[in-house]
This record gives sequence, C-alpha cells and structure tokens, in this order.
Amino acid sequence: MARKLLLENIDVPGINSMEAYRAHGGYAALEKAMRMKPAEIVEEVKKSGLRGRGGAGFPTGMKWSFIANPPGVPHYLICNADESEPGTFKDRFLMQRKPHLLIEGMIISSFALGANTSYIYIRGEMLYVLHILEKAIQEAYDAGYLGKNILGSGFDLDLYVHPGAGAYICGEETGLIESLEGKRGNPRIKPPFPAVKGLWDCPTVVNNVETIAAVVPVISMGGDEYAKIGIGKSTGTKLISACGHINKPGVYEIELGLPVEEFIYSDQYCGGIRGGRKLKAVVAGGSSVPILPSDLILKTPKGEPRLMSYESLSDGGFQSGTMLGSGGFIAMDETTSIVKNLWNFTRFYHHESCGQCSPCREGTGWMEKVLHKILTGHGTIKDIDLLWDIQGKIEGKTICPLGDAAAWPVASAIRHFRAEFEEYVKNPSKIKDVKHYYRLHDMPVI
Amino acid sequence: MPKVTIDGHSIEVPEGTTILQAARMIGGEIVPPAMCYYSSLKGSGGYCRTCIVRVAQGSAKDPRPMPKPVASCRTPVMDGMVVENITSPEVLEARKGVVEFLLINHPLDCPVCDQAGECDLQNLSFAHGTEKTRYEFPRRTFEKKDIGNYIKLHMTRCILCYRCVKVADQITDERVHGVMNRGDVAEISTYIEKAVENDFSGNMIDVCPVGALTDRTYRFKSRVWFLNPMDAHRDCKKCSGKAVLWMHGEEIYRVTARKDQNAEVKEFICNECRYDKKDVKQWVVEGPRHIDRTSVISANHYEDLNSLKHAIGEQQKKLQEKITQKTSGI
Repeated sequence: MARKLLLENIDVPGINSMEAYRAHGGYAALEKAMRMKPAEIVEEVKKSGLRGRGGAGFPTGMKWSFIANPPGVPHYLICNADESEPGTFKDRFLMQRKPHLLIEGMIISSFALGANTSYIYIRGEMLYVLHILEKAIQEAYDAGYLGKNILGSGFDLDLYVHPGAGAYICGEETGLIESLEGKRGNPRIKPPFPAVKGLWDCPTVVNNVETIAAVVPVISMGGDEYAKIGIGKSTGTKLISACGHINKPGVYEIELGLPVEEFIYSDQYCGGIRGGRKLKAVVAGGSSVPILPSDLILKTPKGEPRLMSYESLSDGGFQSGTMLGSGGFIAMDETTSIVKNLWNFTRFYHHESCGQCSPCREGTGWMEKVLHKILTGHGTIKDIDLLWDIQGKIEGKTICPLGDAAAWPVASAIRHFRAEFEEYVKNPSKIKDVKHYYRLHDMPVI
Repeated sequence: MPKVTIDGHSIEVPEGTTILQAARMIGGEIVPPAMCYYSSLKGSGGYCRTCIVRVAQGSAKDPRPMPKPVASCRTPVMDGMVVENITSPEVLEARKGVVEFLLINHPLDCPVCDQAGECDLQNLSFAHGTEKTRYEFPRRTFEKKDIGNYIKLHMTRCILCYRCVKVADQITDERVHGVMNRGDVAEISTYIEKAVENDFSGNMIDVCPVGALTDRTYRFKSRVWFLNPMDAHRDCKKCSGKAVLWMHGEEIYRVTARKDQNAEVKEFICNECRYDKKDVKQWVVEGPRHIDRTSVISANHYEDLNSLKHAIGEQQKKLQEKITQKTSGI
C-alpha cells in the first residue's frame, strides 16, 4: 500500500472535528513549526522540493522566497480553493473531509510568510464546504491556534473564508485577487507579479489547497524526508481525482512516479476500464491539458513506461506529451467521441472567458461554433484547418492562461484524432444523436 | 537610461518607459498599432492585444527571449532589450489574428457609422486585416442605447477597450457605467437607472476607438471628411478650452478635443465647450487643424495652407534647379 500523507485517516469518523483530528496527530506540525523560525520553515519547504499542486507545478519554496519585503507593508497568504477545472475535485474532497489539515497548513504557511491576515478563496458553488471550513476555523480559534499570540509565539493570525460567485477565471491568481478585493474578476496584466503587488497592492502569495495542505507533512517529517518520496524533481504525493470510464472513480493519493498503466488498471486505484472495454484516450490533468491517445499515455515516444510525474507526463512536449496539471484524470473508453468531448470542453471555456482580451473573448466562441457545426454534421475539411488556425492565434497571445487552456485541448484533439474529425465531416449521416445538439439560433448562415 | 532596440532602431529612454512609448519616440512604420492603450489614461492598455511584439532579448543582463509575445503598451523596457515588431513574421501573423478576432463580431457598418473616417479599427483593419472573413455565423448584436442626453451606445460595435471606463474613473466625478457580463456577451452598460450625466462625460466619445459611443447631437449630420476642422479656444473655467471645431461654412457641426498624431487626446474638454458653444462667435478661431493620421480627412481637398505653400515653393525651387542644370549643360 502506498504511503498516504494527506488522505491519512480520511475515513476516521468525525475527522472533520478538532477533537478527532487532534487525536490522530493533528496540529503536531503546527506546534513544531511555532518553535522554528519563519526562514527555517521556508528552507524546509525548499528542501522538500514541493511543487504547486494547482496545475503549473512551480516550486513552492521558490515562490515563497520571491515575496517582496518593503518595510511597513503587510503580507498576505491566499489559499486558492476555487477549484473549477472540469475533471478536478481533489481540493473539495480534502476540505470537506479534513478541513483542519488545510487550516493547519494555512497557519504554518502564514507564519513562514509573515502574513497576519490570510484568506481561503473558495468557489461559490461549494457553499457547503464553506460552512465546514467556517466551523473548523471557529474550533481553531477556540483552541488558540488562530487569533492573537498563537501558542505563545507572539504571532497573530486571522483567517477568513471568502466565497466567489462561481467563475472559473477567479481561479487565476490575479483574477482571484481582484475578486477578493470586491472587483470584477478580470486577471491583471503581469508584471507586477502578486509576490510584489498582490492583494491591496501588497506582497501576496497564492497557493493551491493541496499545496498548503502538503506543507503540514513537509514540516512534520522534515523537508529532506519528504523529498525522498517521489521521483526526480517530482517529490511527494499527489492527489489525483480520477473520473470517466473507469471502474472506481474517486480521489486517490499517489506517490509521484507511479506508472500510468498501474494507476489505471490496478485494483488499488482506478480498477481498469468500465465493462472491460479498451482505453481510447486520457486527459491527464484537468480539461485544459492536451488529450493523449492510449498508446501515448501508457508509453512515452521512446517506449519507456509513462509515469505519473511532472516530467514523465510532459515528455515529448506537446507533440506527444501532456501535463500533470491539477490532477484531474479523465479516462475515456473506445465508445467515446472525441469531437463531442472537445465541443463540451470548448463550450466550457467559451462560457468562462472573462472577455477582457480579444483573442480569448472572440476566439473561444468561434471555436465552439465551428466545433458545433462539425458535430451536427455541417462541417467541412476546411473547418478542421480553421480550428487549428484559430487555436494557434489564441495560444500565448492572451493576458492569462485561460486562452492557452482553451487552445490546448483543441490542438491536441486535432493532432491525435484528426481522422475522427474527418469522419464527422465525410459521413454526417453516421453521427449519433445529432438532434440532441441542434440549436436553432446558432446554425451557420447558409 | 535603458537602451532599447526596436526593429534595428536603438533609442535611450527614461526608466519605466514602455516598449510602445519607446517605439513612438522612434516613430515611423515600427510603431505597433494600439486600440485600447491611451497614454493620458492611467492603467489603460493590455486588453486588445494588437500591439503585441516579440522580445528577442529580455535585457543585457538576462538575454533570454521572452517565451510569449508581449503587449508592448504594458511592458516596460529593460536596458539592452531587443524587440521585433514588423521584422518578425510571427508577430505580424499574430496581429492579423487579433484583427480578425476584433472583426468577427463587429457589424462592419462603416457606411452608416459616424466614426468612419476617424476610426482606429478602420485604420487597423486596412493595414492588417484580410479582405474576406472566415466567420460564417450570425454576429453578436445588442440593442442601441441612449446613455444620458449626449451619448449613444452601439454595443455591437464595441471592442471592449475599457477606455471609456478609465475616462469615467479618472476624469469625471463618478463612474456610473462599467462592463457587465463576461466573455463574448460582456457589454458596456450604465448601472441600473443611471445615466451618464457628468461635466466631462463627452470625453468618453473622444476616446472611443470605434463607433460604439457617438455624439447624439452630431449623429448622422455629416461625414467627418466633409467638415473643416479648425483649432479654436475659449476661456473656460472647467477645462483648458482648447478644442477643434468641425465646421461647414459658418456652422459648427460638432466640437471635439484636440487629438495628437496617435489619435490621443492630451487635454480633455468639458461638456459646456463640447455641447453648448455651437456659435462661432463664442470661440477664438486659431486656424485650420492639420490631421496627421492616415485618415480620409487629411486626404481630402482641405489642407494646411502654409505647408501647402511651402511644398509648392520647394517644388518650384527644384524645377528651377533642374532647368538651370539643363541650360548650363548645353
């Protein structure tokens, strides 16, 4: 059985309460951290090699050390709990079951960064999780882990939970900061980065829920020990939310470096493909990462087995690789239509584009319309080339990564499954359930 | 002072200058077009992406190129930076893409649009657009709205540059309009039961790069190129009083602020000057205004007489020289 750091004791009844959490070793890391110096904590996190779990995989310790230190200006720590990537549901699970783990991580991280006010920005749709967190925060205040002079260290911390209004774009860190300030959630133009000018123009660190939760095991076991788990520069454990056509969907904690094949087919994890069918494609890290056909997800182009790690999954670049992303693992069996799936993803990005910069505002909608046209049997070969062209004109030209996130799935689907698109164009009569997708107001002008 | 090289032209600029400002200092063909950046409005720019350039060398200290094209209007120059604009086919291709994106939902109703002739989007698509659209779906449309007594909003034409929002934030007392909704249905709108009634609200029309905000007192009166722009001023307690009168004979059709060669207003004018002073006797007329930009206004029969005289004089001189050369040759 693989090692569990975050999901340890997750099935203990009442682990979401302070009493049970403490009985199972909770807040021991906090007590240890409070006896350390903030710089030492940052050093431990650096040693651990912990990388951001929200998708980009940026080393957390390095991010923390970038924070500017102008005199007399407060620091802020924000936990990004705006988990909205299709296919990703690990943070929600963690917060719902073990809210105190996140709170403990928040206190340690705030102490390390010298932040006296910290926020958990939670997605608006997860209101019930907000109530769980607020109850847990109250318990932490009552126990003296939050508030003034925490554990006699002289460190004060106030922790707030702030719900968004349900926008994917507010998961982008500067969009999140704008939203937290009470403005429209438009991402800011970088530089300046949040580490210099973030919330209320003060130095700010924004970290994912899982990253902050992982700080707790890093402190309790020590950075060096944590770095021994995993493979190469992908250290530690990662939560993977597996879904799609697998026998056992759910949130799994894996040690980074686990072979993808084992993850899909072993009974300990996904338990194989539904109904004994063949695997067709996998989206390995949430809807925005490139989709890979089964042969490329199980083996790298060099023929080595593909591992669940930042490096192995991105082996081959975008030509033949993908990304670990946020850990939203979507498996698709041979009955899946890539075109329909892609249209669904693109529809999502079209709906969630903030409309600030032109390529994303206009391009996502255009791609969605072209895909819908192909999907309903009105497409031409030219439309496939047009899609390819549009995605190329969005990628890398936008303010925030939403443009890239919308372009990558389209690019990879056409790259690996062009034949399927052509099949839709050449044999429109064979498309199943076409009428289901009809919408009168949006058909091409003929 | 940091030294930056743009398309082979080097210039030393003060700390904090953006690539676009540096390019404007050099001038000429290498200046990237800008649809949302406005030098007199703080925090503007970065949205439209038409000014994107490639940074081939980040700085002298860190010569790595920037991984993605950057918005030149919001990227400060570093010492030793090397920028490619028109020398990079990649940038030109990307710009073409942006223009296409801006136009897919634009109604292209220039023949009936008041902005035609002084429209940034028109100039941009003339320079960088394609002659045919690849977009074959119904275009997004909105209802026309009156936002206040003086301004008409054609949301269909809007490219969401946020300039009018910045004007309302920075020049007027109170902003009562903003951007509602998101994505491609985002729209400029006033807040519920609010009208834009402010002493400086007319400047929103001047900064609008397209015909989304038009002057209700001037709508459909005349095409801009049929009017004679005249520099004029008056004593005004609220603003500088420096304006351009757009005249036809003795009649003032409209009053606008003065725009520089980048079509940007440096001195904003108040609504009293703009709407209430339509009699030529209320103004001190300085003389004809020269419109620098590539616009049909400067291409018509009306030109600055002095420069015309100068040009004719030069030509005559050259002709005279030629004749003398020929006669001396014989």
